[in-house]
Amino acid sequence: MSKSKEVAKPFDGEHDYDGGLAVIDKNPVQDPGMEPHRVRMTDKSPAHEKAAARQVTALFVFSMISSFLAIVAYFAFPLSHLSLGNVRANTLFLGLGIAFGMLAIGIGAVHWAKTLMPDAEVSEARHQTRGSEEVRARAIEIINLANQESGFSRRKLIRRTLYGALALFPIPGIVLFADLGPLGEEVDAKLRHTAWKKGSRLAKDPYGTPIKASDVTVGSVFHVIPEDLKEYNPDGSLNAEYLNEKAKAAVLLVRVDPIDLNPSKGRENWAYDGIVAYSKICTHVGCPVALYEQHTHHLLCPCHQSTFDLSNECAVVFGPASRALPQLPITVDAEGYLVAQSDFNEPVGPSFWER
Amino acid sequence: MSNTASANNKKGGFLAGTANYLDERVGVAGILKEFGRKVFPDHWSFMLGEVALYSFLVLLLSGTFLTFWFQPAMTPVIYDGVYGPLKGASMSVAYASTLDISFEVRGGLLFRQVHHWSALLFVAAAGLHMLRVFFTGAFRKPREINWVVGFALFVLGMAGGFTGYSLPDDLLSGNGLRIIDGMIKGVPFIGTSISSLLFGGEFPGESIVARLYSLHIMIVPALILVFVAIHLFMVVIHKHTHYSGPGKRDDNVVGYPLMPVYVAKAGGFFFIVFGVIALVAATVTINPVWNYGGYDPSPVSAGTQPDWYIGWLDGALRLAPTHLEFIVGGYTLSLNILIPLVVGVLFLVIVAAYPFLEAWVTGDKREHHVLDRPRNAPTRTAIGAAGVTFYAVLWAGAATDLIATNFKMSLNQVLLSMQIMLIVLPFVAYYVTKRTCLSLQRKDREIVLHGRETGRIIRMPHGEYIEVHEPLDEYEAWKLIDFKDYAPTLARPNAKGKITIRARIRSGLSKFYFEDRVAPVNAIELKAAQDHKELH
Repeated sequence: MSKSKEVAKPFDGEHDYDGGLAVIDKNPVQDPGMEPHRVRMTDKSPAHEKAAARQVTALFVFSMISSFLAIVAYFAFPLSHLSLGNVRANTLFLGLGIAFGMLAIGIGAVHWAKTLMPDAEVSEARHQTRGSEEVRARAIEIINLANQESGFSRRKLIRRTLYGALALFPIPGIVLFADLGPLGEEVDAKLRHTAWKKGSRLAKDPYGTPIKASDVTVGSVFHVIPEDLKEYNPDGSLNAEYLNEKAKAAVLLVRVDPIDLNPSKGRENWAYDGIVAYSKICTHVGCPVALYEQHTHHLLCPCHQSTFDLSNECAVVFGPASRALPQLPITVDAEGYLVAQSDFNEPVGPSFWER
Repeated sequence: MSNTASANNKKGGFLAGTANYLDERVGVAGILKEFGRKVFPDHWSFMLGEVALYSFLVLLLSGTFLTFWFQPAMTPVIYDGVYGPLKGASMSVAYASTLDISFEVRGGLLFRQVHHWSALLFVAAAGLHMLRVFFTGAFRKPREINWVVGFALFVLGMAGGFTGYSLPDDLLSGNGLRIIDGMIKGVPFIGTSISSLLFGGEFPGESIVARLYSLHIMIVPALILVFVAIHLFMVVIHKHTHYSGPGKRDDNVVGYPLMPVYVAKAGGFFFIVFGVIALVAATVTINPVWNYGGYDPSPVSAGTQPDWYIGWLDGALRLAPTHLEFIVGGYTLSLNILIPLVVGVLFLVIVAAYPFLEAWVTGDKREHHVLDRPRNAPTRTAIGAAGVTFYAVLWAGAATDLIATNFKMSLNQVLLSMQIMLIVLPFVAYYVTKRTCLSLQRKDREIVLHGRETGRIIRMPHGEYIEVHEPLDEYEAWKLIDFKDYAPTLARPNAKGKITIRARIRSGLSKFYFEDRVAPVNAIELKAAQDHKELH
């Protein structure tokens, strides 16, 4: 093979570009030029041409029928305000009518193009994207003229103050967005506190019935909210304030054999007779840790499979989470209901920078 | 002039009259003269971009229809619609209006499904179109900027999809937003503030649906429209690329004229795309929000998945190893969130920047309008395969739980093997692809020089057995011969006699790219092979 590196040849006297690392063969095989056109059946035989034309027409007629049937389906399957009965039929037949109405147009048009319109490929010249030398010279001339006439580079002070003005004018527009939400301490305080306080009764989610310690058998799980969460929605509606508080206060309550718990120093009194309460909000990105595996004492988050070991203060044993689920210190009140000793001792939910 | 025009007007009737009217006011004749017979090359892979464009049009049409009924508010209402199981439940107006669209508006459910399916198709088609452009080298000069515009469209497609997914305010999308909130909070310094600004305070708040709605129906589609316009404008300026073949060169474009062939084919194809989406939407349920219930931060369903195009990011979150959170100077650094985010962004940046890297390595300043067959750019194709593999593992990572439960495997081991595959498989894919490409190139040379094997064995008079090879015709041969060839370069000293680090890196990369190469057949080799054959 005899090869040497040289600059790629320009075509048609246009600009000469550097080919870089391209290898230019001195003895390339010559392009044979466009392939001779193969004649189609529809070009050769009038019978085929006629058949193709009929097929295209038939498709367009079918499209009209389908669109009409779509309208029929719209009225034939009214949606009642009392029952769901016709939803399926309406969706199906209206959809099929619309779908075939369009598919037949599309297939017909493509079939028309492929069988009846000329199928010989044509070649069109392509020119370099850059302008010709004259055009480029004229463009530079225009820029220079504009510069001269405005004095853009000569009048430094005007130019610089313009830059300054242009840099500053969008900033009020950005500042405007600060009212999208509270910032700073207000957020911080909210992230650090939940609706739990000393004496809050643990209640069943979502109805808010308080739970007696004696109702919790070994191995059972309760999805829990503070009984006083009701204060946020006395009418039972899922308003924002209620949801915001619930998003922090949701707790999982589990009863295990007390010997399976291994409380660290200072946490010995946070459980009541093997009943423990942990935040249900994952410390990874905040999904509810809703799955409990009884025989391993593991809690599992269904979103990203972070797994927490209940017998080890809900430390992470698997998955992308890093922190243990915060524990809610609990006890019982005089009537035997489970109550919180205090709020959580740390922020719940996903980590944040100022945590 | 006007005399002849009005004369024509009378002669041609209504159509000619209209044409004349328009030409005298907007100059349509000039536009038609310029574009009417513009040539478009024909290849099935060029339709992927068309699918993306048309599914975007379907998104605009179906989305506009939905806006007439959808109410983007989080105000609680008591549901009193026809769907029995949720009667009397407290839910947001957004969720209630989604239920009403589904059950009380004729065609509402159909068009919700059309909208969702076309969104899935839009991102998929855009992604496949990007892969086509990548593997054929269509991003080379002069199309580097258009690659970046197309890349922006792909990212905007994901953004449009996610903002829309969250609007119905159902349990599934609410948990998706919860994850987004958790990820934002994990960003150092600004995460907490950004989350508060986005949600208007605490999660979930009462603002997010309305805000996402603004993004979803105005800002994101407007940006997509602008970028689509730029994208297509540049296609007109550059003219479409074509695959290598006889008569197809860098200084011409071979194909069919816009009018009538491409108007019929591309116009017809719009109807086919819309028709197929409508067919799927009519028969296959997607996102049955009524099954999930309204959003409540406490319940969650297991085995849920995001829409497919968000899967790779969810997978990245899942594959992060345990215990990557640290306390630095009293602040919490959540590397378990930050690393997936950075890996995702970095991956996207590399995708966007790739054309510039390759252009720098080859130093090729010529315009390229003839596409590469992927095998003829082995290193690029191998890099692409590695990238696809990396993305695919992240994507499969979003289904670790489903893989484990469906195939009865240990979740821990599925995750661990995914973590290993994420690192190892791209290298395997790179190696296998590169070797495959080089082998295919050698095979092409073999076929050009010695013809195709026919499987016919004949016995020569002197007793030798040979297999008859059938020579290619010159057109077939040209398809295998015509490609661009590059050779690695040495690091050369600059004018000051110093070899710069830049030059060293470039030389190293050129070696990485072009050290293993199979040159195209040249005329001398072809002649020699043909002479040899004649001797037989």
